[in-house]
Amino acid sequence: MATLDGKCPTNGPIEKRWEKHRFDMKLVNPANKRKYKVLMVGTGLAGASAAATMGELGYNVTCFCYQDSPRRAHSIAAQGGINAAKNYQNDGDSVYRLFYDTVKGGDYRSRESNVHRLAEISVNIIDQAAAQGVPFAREYGGLLANRSFGGAQVSRTFYARGQTGQQLLLGAYSALERQIDAGKVEMKTRHEMMELIVVDGRARGIVTRNLITGQVESHLGDCVVIATGGYGNVFYLSTNAMGCNGTAAWRSHRKGAFFANPCYTQIHPTCIPVKGNYQSKLTLMSESLRNDGRVWVPKSADDVAKAAGDIAEEDRDYYLERRYPAFGNLVPRDVASRAAKQVCDDGRGVGATGLGVYLDFADAIERLGKKAVSDRYGNLFDMYQHITDENPYEVPMRIFPAVHYTMGGLWVDYNLMSNLEGLFVLGEANFSDHGANRLGASALMQGLADGYFVAPYTVGNYLARVQPLSVTKDLDRDSAEVKEARREVKGRLKRLLEVDGKKTVDDFHRELGKLCWEHCGMARNESGLEKAIGEIAALREEFWDNVRVPGSNDSVNPELEKASRVSDFLELGELMCRDALERRESCGGHFREESATEEGEAKRDDENFAHVAAWEFTGENQVPIRHKEALEFEYVKLSQRSYK
Amino acid sequence: MATQTLSLPDTTIGKKVMMAVSGVVLFGFLIGHMAGNLQVFLGHKPYNEYAKFLHDNAALIWGARTVLLMSVAVHIVAAVQLIKANREARPVRYKMKKSIASTYASKTMKLSGPLILAYIIYHLAHFTFGVTAGLGYEHLPRDAEGLPDVYYNVVQSFQIPWLVALYAIAQVLLGLHLYHGAWSVLQSLGINHRRYNLQMRGAASAIALAIVAGFLAVPFGVLFGLVDPAG
Amino acid sequence: MKLTLNVWRQKNANSPGHFETYETPDDINPDMSFLEMLDVVNQNLILDGNEPITFDHDCREGICGACGMVVNGEPHGPQRAATTCQLHMRKFKDGDELWIEPWRAAGFPVLKDLMVDRTAFDRIVSAGGYISVRTGSAPDANEIPIGKETADRAMDAAACIGCGACVAACPNASAMLFTAAKVRHLNMLPQGRPEKDRRVMRMVAQMDAEGFGGCTNHLECEAACPKEISTDFIAEMNRDFVQAMVRSRQPVTKPG
Ligand SMILES: Cc1cc2nc3c(=O)[nH]c(=O)nc-3n(C[C@H](O)[C@H](O)[C@H](O)COP(=O)(O)OP(=O)(O)OC[C@H]3O[C@@H](n4cnc5c(N)ncnc54)[C@H](O)[C@@H]3O)c2cc1C
Ligand code: HEM
Ligand code: HEM
Ligand code: SF4
Ligand code: F3S
Ligand code: FES
Repeated sequence: MATLDGKCPTNGPIEKRWEKHRFDMKLVNPANKRKYKVLMVGTGLAGASAAATMGELGYNVTCFCYQDSPRRAHSIAAQGGINAAKNYQNDGDSVYRLFYDTVKGGDYRSRESNVHRLAEISVNIIDQAAAQGVPFAREYGGLLANRSFGGAQVSRTFYARGQTGQQLLLGAYSALERQIDAGKVEMKTRHEMMELIVVDGRARGIVTRNLITGQVESHLGDCVVIATGGYGNVFYLSTNAMGCNGTAAWRSHRKGAFFANPCYTQIHPTCIPVKGNYQSKLTLMSESLRNDGRVWVPKSADDVAKAAGDIAEEDRDYYLERRYPAFGNLVPRDVASRAAKQVCDDGRGVGATGLGVYLDFADAIERLGKKAVSDRYGNLFDMYQHITDENPYEVPMRIFPAVHYTMGGLWVDYNLMSNLEGLFVLGEANFSDHGANRLGASALMQGLADGYFVAPYTVGNYLARVQPLSVTKDLDRDSAEVKEARREVKGRLKRLLEVDGKKTVDDFHRELGKLCWEHCGMARNESGLEKAIGEIAALREEFWDNVRVPGSNDSVNPELEKASRVSDFLELGELMCRDALERRESCGGHFREESATEEGEAKRDDENFAHVAAWEFTGENQVPIRHKEALEFEYVKLSQRSYK
Repeated sequence: MATQTLSLPDTTIGKKVMMAVSGVVLFGFLIGHMAGNLQVFLGHKPYNEYAKFLHDNAALIWGARTVLLMSVAVHIVAAVQLIKANREARPVRYKMKKSIASTYASKTMKLSGPLILAYIIYHLAHFTFGVTAGLGYEHLPRDAEGLPDVYYNVVQSFQIPWLVALYAIAQVLLGLHLYHGAWSVLQSLGINHRRYNLQMRGAASAIALAIVAGFLAVPFGVLFGLVDPAG
Repeated sequence: MKLTLNVWRQKNANSPGHFETYETPDDINPDMSFLEMLDVVNQNLILDGNEPITFDHDCREGICGACGMVVNGEPHGPQRAATTCQLHMRKFKDGDELWIEPWRAAGFPVLKDLMVDRTAFDRIVSAGGYISVRTGSAPDANEIPIGKETADRAMDAAACIGCGACVAACPNASAMLFTAAKVRHLNMLPQGRPEKDRRVMRMVAQMDAEGFGGCTNHLECEAACPKEISTDFIAEMNRDFVQAMVRSRQPVTKPG
């Protein structure tokens, strides 16, 4: 195990470090910028904002996404909002407070310098987005409105109805389209990155598959930026989009990039429960519902089959209020999710599958009136009714936790560059800022901070150090490494098509998801994880033996796309379990049953685990190497989180 | 390819604007014409005097005719271009397609328009040129006082039920065209205010209806004997 | 429940398509979404050695705008204000026969089966659907107050998910509702005013160049739109456009 260096600036007060660092970075001569080519993979908040900004700065950018339009990246689905330390509400917020809350919320498993930079930049993001025409909610006086989100004690969340992610993404997308019109960005939609091209330890290009023609193409440039989102779909069922995948990150990992903290996954407590085996994805409902809804299950397992209305008040267990009197229904996501799992494990879960708890608005309706409740949550209630065919004004909602976000990702330093030279990673795809648990409304913030305000400088700093390909011409599509990468991808696709087995890709994906959910979900333990590691390996073997992928490679073939993604998930899932196994402590979204207090609450082990685990790939079916990056806390005092 | 500057008539919106503007001119004519026609209820003399006033005013009548002809031309040319572009915009048709919001009127504009044109041609032949007199009615250019005897022409023609029916059908088609056309003008020209949209649309439909009712009053008035044939 | 599906199958953009008839398994659950029903049909097709039905989809929660097909003559099916992925089987009856077709428009060539090419929409946005603001050059967000009513209305327009159902529903295959939503969202905000004229001229010109039809005010688009975007925006765009063409001293060129 080697020690990794995050290259965080450590001199001077934390609030000056980013500024100082920015000053110290090299600039590319404006006349030379157009000689550089940046390969930007992903058009979510992170990718679109970075591509637009770098195009605007004068670099040539080629940008890729797997959807038919950059605007459909899954950032579009974020509902709740985006944090920024504007203190517009004058309620005592500040950059420092946002920094502090984020480090604490991440259960002290993130880098102070990174998080402080994020908090500083948060204010610029709102300015940028407002200037782009993002229709944030406003007060009657015309100023921006805020709300408090995810149990935060200040109102620092900006929002655009229930579609904040959509509006922010459309803002970034419009900036991107402007650069496309200006000829600075070339957009390649329906192109999936299948491989990273590394030459002499430097990331120099990627291999993509054209999802319409099936053509396998190589693209070369001076650096590669991965902004491909999270890998939550390893669980099969999640709140991610169907196409969300870990392929770009995983393929980079296989080419040498370290994968950090893969076991940190966030499970969101207020999702609509699973209905049946046919279910393809899970739908999140804003956690603002917990502001007025009360969570309960029957006290006795004998009552679960009864209609909610037939269970008397004294037979109900408002378990969050009971266990966490101070925070009640507003405990953080990981705590709420775990508590729901525990009552369901007790056999007290409700609904046909027994995997659900009630979220009851009867009290709120009585206290505030139906109108007020509908003003606040009308669209969420409608959505719920739409999906479940039940009227939440009359019967309590049923909710259950679902995989929502992955804090883990490719390891990057302070400059967002991975351990591979020239490979940058932004947004949810990197591991950088959220530690072991992400606070609500801070993923959008991080994606845009990375894309608009960090990467354009730090990538430039890297490019200033290297000679552009357009000048050196030391690489082309016929270079050995490039040919080899294309050959490898073609071979993999061919292999997938040739298995011609008896099970569909979805069958395997569902099984993988089940294994991960059971053993590496809301609660993890040693024997379960060991079992999962073995079973995932066996499943992977079976996959390559028995999967059926119809069609061919030379046309639109969604099954082939899925198969390739699932083949990578089958490897990533194992690493996730391995990381969970090695991290013998509970922190944030990672709960090890062996590391709990007497009351069953999570217990960190700062002595042994105040570090980032970054995994190095050592070969297929080989045990990877776990590297450590020590985390140091100069400003924030480590303490055990408590919501009692 | 040489670059070309965008001009209004090149665009689909521009074509709609031209149709709307020409449509408004035609609307204006129809209101005037309808009001003029209603004078038939005042009797022989006032009506023919009104006709004479118009006929004697060469500047007025030729001015109006020019504007009308140009409007009709613009309206039709734009309509034809738009219909063609719209047809090409969906080369493969749906096997099944439901209408949810469109109206019978909106869907039949391309039909009601040309039928109205056909009607106008017949109508000009009937009253203005008097060349269809052989079809069972007469055409008298002048009355006893030397006034153009439009009154006579109108009154004796509309004794004939089939002719009344023909006119009635034409007016219904016109009504359909105007019903969609009237509010369409507001939409196409962006005369629109969220608070008053409903009222404006209501008013537009009411005008369209009033025009049709006004026109229909004459043939039916004559047929049912509400107009004194002798005047 | 069990249904009969007549599905448009088309190999690629260059070959003609045709309908094929499939019987669903008889355990279709009313709680399934329409796309989940197609998933089930596809799983069986794969296991039987056939090619599954291709359709676009991603978020499956009505926000990405990827999904869309015409079900029994209605874009996104019979449920109002919903995308195809939000349509549930309980909207249908056991034994129903469905006709499932792709969006049909010259501006949206079919790529395969029910999947169409909607990049025309991106090109329309690229022509002017943005506010030119350099990263980092923005003033404080509260420096330009925007009345709540304006902000709300801008949001109404901005809610468009770019699905293309408006085009599919329009008897003229017109893209006016989409374009109007985009134009008006920005044109009504103070930040968007300086580029108002150029924006509307360029976007309309691009819309026409993509081969969409013109609007003749049928309002089908609004009825099919999953986000219930109002056709009022079309009227407002028409006004913006005419004003721009009349007053702008910087004419725009016609796209090729
Ligand atoms: C339902 C839901 C609600 C959420 N709500 C909130 C919220 O309220 N507040 C908040 O802060 N966060 C929220 N989040 C989290 C947040 O939305 C995401 O973390 C964030 O948007 C991720 O942005 P991104 O740019 O990193 O990735 P994404 O937006 O996921 O973009 C990934 C991009 O990469 C491309 N891509 C992926 N793989 C490949 C490949 N192999 N080849 C080529 N291209 C590829 C995709 O096409 C896409 O363009 C929510 C998340 C979900 C799922
Ligand atoms: C008295 C004569 C006519 C009047 C008053 C009239 C009026 C109108 C008006 C007001 C509109 C709506 C324009 C808009 O959308 O803004 C319209 C549309 C239309 N007119 Fe006419 N019109 C007349 C004759 C004709 C003729 C002769 C034709 C045929 C060739 C025609 C074809 C059309 C068509 C196809 C439209 C459709 C556009 C749409 O659906 O909105 N019209 N007309
Ligand atoms: C039932 C209703 C109508 C009646 C009774 C009627 C009657 C007449 C008469 C009597 C004339 C001859 C006037 C003259 O020569 O002095 C005339 C002319 C004309 N009418 Fe009508 N009309 C009717 C409806 C319409 C409609 C619906 C249209 C158009 C769509 C129309 C268009 C014209 C035109 C263009 C002329 C010629 C005007 C000119 O000389 O320039 N009429 N009409
Ligand atoms: S206007 Fe409505 S129907 Fe058209 S693309 Fe936007 S959301 Fe879809
Ligand atoms: S349906 Fe078509 S005609 Fe216009 S109002 Fe909508 S675009
Ligand atoms: S799949 Fe995203 S809107 Fe339907």
